[in-house]
Amino acid sequence: MSEKLKTTNGGVGSFLLRIVRQQIFIPIAALLILVLFNLIMDPSFFKITLSTNSAGNPVFSGYLITILDNASELAILAIGMTLVTASSGGQDISVGSAIAIAGSVLLRVLCGTNSRPEVLQAPIIVAFLACCFVAMLFGGFNGILVAYFRIQPMVATLILYTAGRSIAAWINNNELPIISDPTFGYYGNFIPGIPVPTPIFIALACMIIIALVLKFTNLGLYAQAAGINAHSSRLNGINPEVIKLISYMILGICVGVAGFIKVTRFSTINYSVVAKDIEMDAILAVALGGNALSGGKFNMGASIFGAYVIQFLTTTLYKLNVTSTALPAYKAIVVIVLVVLSAPTVRAKLSVLWKKIAPKKDVKEASADAA
Amino acid sequence: MQEGIVLEMRGICKFFPGVKALQNVDLTLREGEIHALMGENGAGKSTLIKVLTGVYQKDEGQIMLKGIPGAVSIRSPQDAQNQGISTVYQEISLCPNLTVAENMYIGRGRGAVSWKKMNADASKLLDSLGIPAKANQQLDSCSIAVQQMIAIARAVDMECKVLILDEPTSSLDEHEVEKLFKLMRDLKAKGVAILFVTHFLDQVYEVSDRITVLRDGQLVGEYAVQDLPRLQLVSKMLGKELDDLSSIKNPEDEISAGRKDEPLLEVQQLHSTAGIKPFDFYIDKGEVNGFTGLLGSGRSECVRAIYGADRVLGGTVTMNGKKIRISKPIDAMRNGISYLPEDRKRDGIVGDLSVRENIILALQVMKGFFRPFSRAQAEKFADEYIKLLDIKTSSSDTPIKSLSGGNQQKVILARWLLTNPVYLILDEPTRGIDIGTKVEIQKLVLKLAAEGKSVTFISSETDEMLRTCSRLVVMRDRKVVGELSGKELTQNNIMATIAGGEA
Repeated sequence: MSEKLKTTNGGVGSFLLRIVRQQIFIPIAALLILVLFNLIMDPSFFKITLSTNSAGNPVFSGYLITILDNASELAILAIGMTLVTASSGGQDISVGSAIAIAGSVLLRVLCGTNSRPEVLQAPIIVAFLACCFVAMLFGGFNGILVAYFRIQPMVATLILYTAGRSIAAWINNNELPIISDPTFGYYGNFIPGIPVPTPIFIALACMIIIALVLKFTNLGLYAQAAGINAHSSRLNGINPEVIKLISYMILGICVGVAGFIKVTRFSTINYSVVAKDIEMDAILAVALGGNALSGGKFNMGASIFGAYVIQFLTTTLYKLNVTSTALPAYKAIVVIVLVVLSAPTVRAKLSVLWKKIAPKKDVKEASADAA
Repeated sequence: MQEGIVLEMRGICKFFPGVKALQNVDLTLREGEIHALMGENGAGKSTLIKVLTGVYQKDEGQIMLKGIPGAVSIRSPQDAQNQGISTVYQEISLCPNLTVAENMYIGRGRGAVSWKKMNADASKLLDSLGIPAKANQQLDSCSIAVQQMIAIARAVDMECKVLILDEPTSSLDEHEVEKLFKLMRDLKAKGVAILFVTHFLDQVYEVSDRITVLRDGQLVGEYAVQDLPRLQLVSKMLGKELDDLSSIKNPEDEISAGRKDEPLLEVQQLHSTAGIKPFDFYIDKGEVNGFTGLLGSGRSECVRAIYGADRVLGGTVTMNGKKIRISKPIDAMRNGISYLPEDRKRDGIVGDLSVRENIILALQVMKGFFRPFSRAQAEKFADEYIKLLDIKTSSSDTPIKSLSGGNQQKVILARWLLTNPVYLILDEPTRGIDIGTKVEIQKLVLKLAAEGKSVTFISSETDEMLRTCSRLVVMRDRKVVGELSGKELTQNNIMATIAGGEA
């Protein structure tokens, strides 16, 4: 009987070890801690109610819906940021500013020169495509600096980070256009009759698209190979520079989509605050997903999951009445814990510690057997 | 210690897990001599230097220094410097954005610095050593050779008794080498003992007084330069005694004597950014040939130029009678040329990716970006080659970096075999691999040739080349100096051609 006990013990131990080693373990563990915390603090956190909004349409409401809704932009950005991180071993810090540009382009195409248009000057789909295209070009600009001029990603994207919001303001002559057409607001809020916020569907569509791209092209393999060993990738016929450029352009498209959501939420834009500091959350999502920020292997699902965990954290903090100015300080604590836990020296020490604990267990079991 | 001896290393041993890097090596440096340390790759030269400079701790043996009774222990590079042992590495480790004087005195002053005095001291030292640089000049405005000399000046000024120069000439042109040699001779006249590590035979005979030869971590011997003709030096480095070499003669070699009318691939006056002299080369269908020469002689650079791994500066490549242009590796791959690189870690493996992904990588790239293999197909390919080449891995999902060197090499080999090339270039495929695997790879090469594929095989081990190749292109100092085939293919001939000069 004792032998049976031992094997089950060993099985559980190795099973736990296997789970802990899974890349997605960190974001899941973080989420579980957050869920547990909220359950203890206030179980009503998880309540979802169906009510009618001011327009008289049925909508779901509750913190969970808020989280899923508000995380949409971040989840979309995490897709592109993961690819950029994998292929170039660095991050794009200009995504917030680039969202301002994308949003500004969107409004410019819809409004023309009139900042309070009676009717839209172009179909929304045209404006959306234009906004994605321009965002892709700016992504390409970053990509060229990184891939061909070999500038450190953070330094290269610092240019657009600094200039982006001014460019955004310049596109609309420093005016803040407001769109009165109610259909425009559907994309950032609710489509009448559908009780789930539209951004959730947009984010879902982006995830499906990237899943298909990763399945039906070699983007994943090439981006990882280029990020791990550019020399040998080149000798195997891959052009690492082109792969880097492509990943920055894909991030650009993600920025365009995220910008579209941001602007449609309020039907207007504020160049200096729209998507402020979102780049840091996007990078954090990649890190939280257990992806090495130095590039190489990536897990797209884990990054996206990480984005939702971050939004969960943000919403939890808001609910605890933490002011938005104090929010970064709390997030910083999470970042510190993550970074320290994923540092190679700490990991090595932890695995040594684990090994020290593990044989002790065996000894105990052995003595139990003897008894 | 005898008179005139500055440094003595006795019975030095250094073990790494599974490797005896140094076994019982002695080294003696005398005052005012230039002492060449020679050996092929893996002979233990750099390990010996690292032991001497405190980067590694020796496992056994003694180091004795002049003026210090008993054995000394060198615990760190700083420690070595304090005891008068200075090193100038191949890669210059100075700060390019500081001035010459700052570079010479950085990290040595205590407390306040007198800039005026520092510049004056530096100027004096530069003058006395005849280095054409100004003290207040920014370092990166000097040529590489002058930077190297400044690194030496810095070392010399720290009152060094022993100066180690590790491949100082590899990035210098002939004129610059001459300047460096003058400096070395001046230092020698001042009584400094210089340990000179290089791959260039000509340079050894130009400046050295003595030669210590290492092979496979063991001491072969110490010789006065006039007692060791080039041919003997080469034979000692390669580990073949001249007498018993003539017996190894492969009768099959004669088969290749007659040339077919059109080669599979022919290059003319090809040269690349890697600094090789323009060379001609051809290979027939089903032929196995090779490039031979000492390390650094340019054998890898030649095949890299053919494959498009380095940027080609000029020359023509003809394949099956048609002129082709290979400007990047993918061009070569599309023409059915595969290249297994010399530096497995840097150019071969993609460390974090799985064995399976590493195997299919090249074929996948050839198939196209929008046509990925299905998981099942990739697994089938991987399993097939894991079995065929007997790759020891727990599964095809294992990251390649956790495999042993030999198995990593087999994975890379599998990668290229999978692309079914017509011309396979293997650059040092057997380096760092156990004997069993070596033989397997050699057999595989011959089998591929029998199937009609052409193979260029490069190896540091001459008998391996003799066993597999029917024709050898011999290189020395980055140019092709001869070609041997059929009856000429003997160890003696190869070594004589490599050594050149008086041999």
